Amino acid sequence: MNRNRRRQSGNLVARLVIYVMAGLALLPLSLVLLFTVVKGLPAITHVEFFLNTERPVGVPGAGIAHAFMGTIIMVGLASLMAIPVGVVAGVQLVEYGHGRLADGVRLACDVLVGIPSIVIGLFIYAVLVAPLHHFSAFSGSVALAVLMLPVVVRTTEGAVGLVPGALREAGMALGLARWRVALQLILPAAIPGVVTGALLAVARAAGETAPLLFTAFGNRFMNADPSKATAALPLIVYHDALTPFQDLVNTAWGAALVLVMLTLLVNLTSRAVLRRQIRMAGRI
Amino acid sequence: MATAEASPAAARSDQRPPDGFRTWTTIVSLAAPVVLILIVLVVGSNAVPALRQFGPGFLIDRTWNPVKETFGALPFIFGTLITAFLGLAMALPIGVGVAVFLAEQGLERIRGVIGTGVELLAAIPSVVYGIWGLYVLAPWLLLHVSKPLSERLGSIAIFSGPARQTNLLIASIVVAIMVLPTLSSISRDVIKAVPGGLREASVALGATWWETIWKIVLPTARAGIFGATVLALGRALGETMAVTMTIGNRNDIPSSLFGPANTLASVIANEFSEATGSLYPAALIELGLVLMLVTLTVNVLALLLVRRVTRDVKL
Repeated sequence: MNRNRRRQSGNLVARLVIYVMAGLALLPLSLVLLFTVVKGLPAITHVEFFLNTERPVGVPGAGIAHAFMGTIIMVGLASLMAIPVGVVAGVQLVEYGHGRLADGVRLACDVLVGIPSIVIGLFIYAVLVAPLHHFSAFSGSVALAVLMLPVVVRTTEGAVGLVPGALREAGMALGLARWRVALQLILPAAIPGVVTGALLAVARAAGETAPLLFTAFGNRFMNADPSKATAALPLIVYHDALTPFQDLVNTAWGAALVLVMLTLLVNLTSRAVLRRQIRMAGRI
Repeated sequence: MATAEASPAAARSDQRPPDGFRTWTTIVSLAAPVVLILIVLVVGSNAVPALRQFGPGFLIDRTWNPVKETFGALPFIFGTLITAFLGLAMALPIGVGVAVFLAEQGLERIRGVIGTGVELLAAIPSVVYGIWGLYVLAPWLLLHVSKPLSERLGSIAIFSGPARQTNLLIASIVVAIMVLPTLSSISRDVIKAVPGGLREASVALGATWWETIWKIVLPTARAGIFGATVLALGRALGETMAVTMTIGNRNDIPSSLFGPANTLASVIANEFSEATGSLYPAALIELGLVLMLVTLTVNVLALLLVRRVTRDVKL
């Protein structure tokens, strides 16, 4: 009897501990969000923050327009490189992905995701920056594309794989060519999942700092030329946060808040879309 | 591999004349493996000057002196291992606890909120953890944890010396937060994959909820949780920006938890754009090579582990 009571109370304590741990796990997210909003809000409530570029310390009206521009250019170029290749590779893995080769491609993607992004920065520096003797937005975008590629491949594979096989069989039974079935029938059916996967990769790339340190390098001025060094939102956060000037630290918090809002927005919407697609795939 | 014969669709397409679509999509799909191989080759070849100059002694040399051009990786290897393992040690119990919570039935709303909350941790950019760690966590820890501990327990080696605002401990905590989503989401999947019959049998024999979890579910899911831990280790080893901003950037082995240090990734982030000459950058690239080879090994191991576990579970 006594032993059973001990087991019951042990059970209760363990359950409590698990619940507390689950609650505790929300603490870091809430704290990071709370402080980013509290410290970043004063900076981003001025309209000039989004219109102006860097100002000397002490001069009011500093902004991050140049970093916005840089991030948009680099992430855009990276998307142009990584998304088409990644989507085609993902489709290939679903359509023909039974062999050794396809398993190798999958493993390579999973390993590539795990390579530290700073190493990718070193790689692009050695390939594109050192031979050309200058930093450039283009080299930064290639580094981001390398980061995005495996994510796009695997999310596309996942989304396309959810399309019911009956659709493929129907297409083939009608005598459609394999490429028509894959690209004009299966891929459109999987588009919501493919797009959200690509968006997640874009959001991830927009927040990456390490691969840009020695490729895009950063720039205090507005620049739209891909062959020149360029600012980016995460680079602003990193560089300005480490200065001793309160103005710059405030700018860094503002840029951090913009980044967080961007990534959270993309993540939450993509979650909703994915959930809907899985539900729809289940219904068919 | 066995599926190639098993799938009728694949067998049919193999009998057809070679189709162009298959050929060119296969070529495109090779982009990722080709890039991976290029990364290894390029980083390896750019480290050659340092490899030649220092040989294997590079890994155990303690001095990092760019002025005299003597370079050793030991402080950074030490810093990397300590932050990664300390971070994992903090994240593992919470990550598995959360996974157990998430894998249970009922209370779907709360589980949904907590699951999403933990997974969103992975979406926040590293540099945001950096600025948060630097300006929020670091001052708070210094005031409430590091200082009191080093004043009262300074005689114990790991708490000795003056407590610094940016130090090994803060970097480890930030790493712990950042690997939490990896740990908990994979562990949740593995725990969910434990056959329901095992739980039911355990409960039917009179075991309590916790006894079922502790003696049946967790041991069954052990291999998968281990795989998740190794995968998280890979993340932790390579974490760059947040660690760079919080670890204090001192190129020596700290004697205490509250001392500044440096990791392989953080020293590259800090010094590479200022590295002049030919030997200095090569030495930094060699650090990158070490980091890459270690994370590569760890990741492949973890992937094989997780893959085997999920396959076994399906059977």
